[in-house]
Amino acid sequence: MSDSTVDADEVRHVADLARVDLDDEDVGRYADQFADILDHFETLEEVPDVEAEPELVNVMRPDEVEESLDQDEALENAPETEDGFFKGPKVS
Amino acid sequence: MADAHNAFVTEETIEGADSGPLAGATVAVKDNISTEGVRTTCGSEMLAEYVPPYDATVVSRLTDAGATIVGKTNMDEFGMGTTTETSAFGATTNPVDEERVPGGSSGGSAAAVAAGDADYALGSDTGGSVRCPAAFCGVVGIKPTYGLVSRYGLVAYANSLEQIGPLAPTVEGAAELLDVIAGPDEHDATTRDAGAGSDYAAAANGDVDGLTVGVPTELVEGADDEVRAVFEDALDAYRDAGAEIEEVSLPSVEYGVAAYYVIAMSEASSNLARFDGVRYGESGGFEGNWNESFAETRAENLGDEVKRRILLGTYALSAGYHDKYYKQAQEARAWVRQDFEGAFEDVDVLATPTMPVLPPKLGESVDDPLQMYLMDANTVPVNLANLPAISVPAGESSEGLPVGLQLVGPTFGEETIIDAAALLG
Repeated sequence: MSDSTVDADEVRHVADLARVDLDDEDVGRYADQFADILDHFETLEEVPDVEAEPELVNVMRPDEVEESLDQDEALENAPETEDGFFKGPKVS
Repeated sequence: MADAHNAFVTEETIEGADSGPLAGATVAVKDNISTEGVRTTCGSEMLAEYVPPYDATVVSRLTDAGATIVGKTNMDEFGMGTTTETSAFGATTNPVDEERVPGGSSGGSAAAVAAGDADYALGSDTGGSVRCPAAFCGVVGIKPTYGLVSRYGLVAYANSLEQIGPLAPTVEGAAELLDVIAGPDEHDATTRDAGAGSDYAAAANGDVDGLTVGVPTELVEGADDEVRAVFEDALDAYRDAGAEIEEVSLPSVEYGVAAYYVIAMSEASSNLARFDGVRYGESGGFEGNWNESFAETRAENLGDEVKRRILLGTYALSAGYHDKYYKQAQEARAWVRQDFEGAFEDVDVLATPTMPVLPPKLGESVDDPLQMYLMDANTVPVNLANLPAISVPAGESSEGLPVGLQLVGPTFGEETIIDAAALLG
């Protein structure tokens, strides 16, 4: 009954895009659950085109300098910092 | 006082101003709302040690109004759940029946109010997360119109859908709390002028004489028999008080759950990309390549439901699937909005059971995510349409479990739903 064949490779691909490590057990379980859930999402194909005015519009203003967190406060929660900067893993 | 229901993640007192409309009142605050100097975990291992350097706007409004904050309440991780069982800090139990869930995701907030651990509480409602636990714990909860309450300092899950809202034992109490937190904020560009200088509490009269109450058949038919029986009795109370009850049809809401979850998961996949363990949260270490380090900390410190939603959201937005899922969900959202607008040309408020089911037992709903999502059928259309809604206790099942009545109003129609809900509570 399902058009949504989500195989293990597809789950791994999406997990890779989302930067989430999964073990094989997770992959199998998610593949089963995603098939059910995506089947339900596919009912959206029956939704007619709707003519709607956009509710939100972009509002622009010039930038202004205001008070904000100082550097120490901004770094308070970082697992590691160096010379007043966030420290992250190697970008290679 | 021992926290018998695991309603709190952190019990710490933040004193308010000496005087103000909430002087002497205690308020519990959901743990995804930032409190300066008091850790804010979002119910996640990822933020177990996170201490915000600033207060959310709603928190400063509470303390300016004289309220004392008594702690940060337990919740489904990042707001993703309908039972408060996905919290990394353990499930909250329902004060009405210890074997049952309090609802979610603001389950700790509802349990704290129901148990008398706080006079009031704040929750956040992305797809029903204030109204569901209010209904399951037998208290009142309000989801305000999108833009009525500032989201500054609320840790984002799905920005286009969520609002912070009050929980209280009575409609008047919830309205008093809403008066304090509502109104424009320069730190949240989506806030509107409505709500400035509001007096919602004065509207809590239960005056429904001449009010037209619409009942969307699509959102009643699927409810459990016991829920339906309490709901029908509540409608009788409205008839007796002079209201007119009218059936209405909202065909679009059949697609509400699908549209809601596609949009919420898509926004979540983008919002939660920030949790990479560099600026805050748990670090994945500094060895090896950055993608591996990010993927490792996200695997270790995010829970099962959060990963599921991030992955499905990433899938729905990925090349080849965007039009099929995300674009169609936006079409459905516009249709839901139009359907409600049409209904409000004929009726003043809409009434449904808040939840189609009674509070499930702990552990009953964790294995089947789709079944859990479908429990949100009556609450998510309101978020898709940006409308205000209130859940008020309507009565009890044969076993004494609370059933909530949901009243939905037109955009910025908070006074109307508060007035109508006050008939019951």
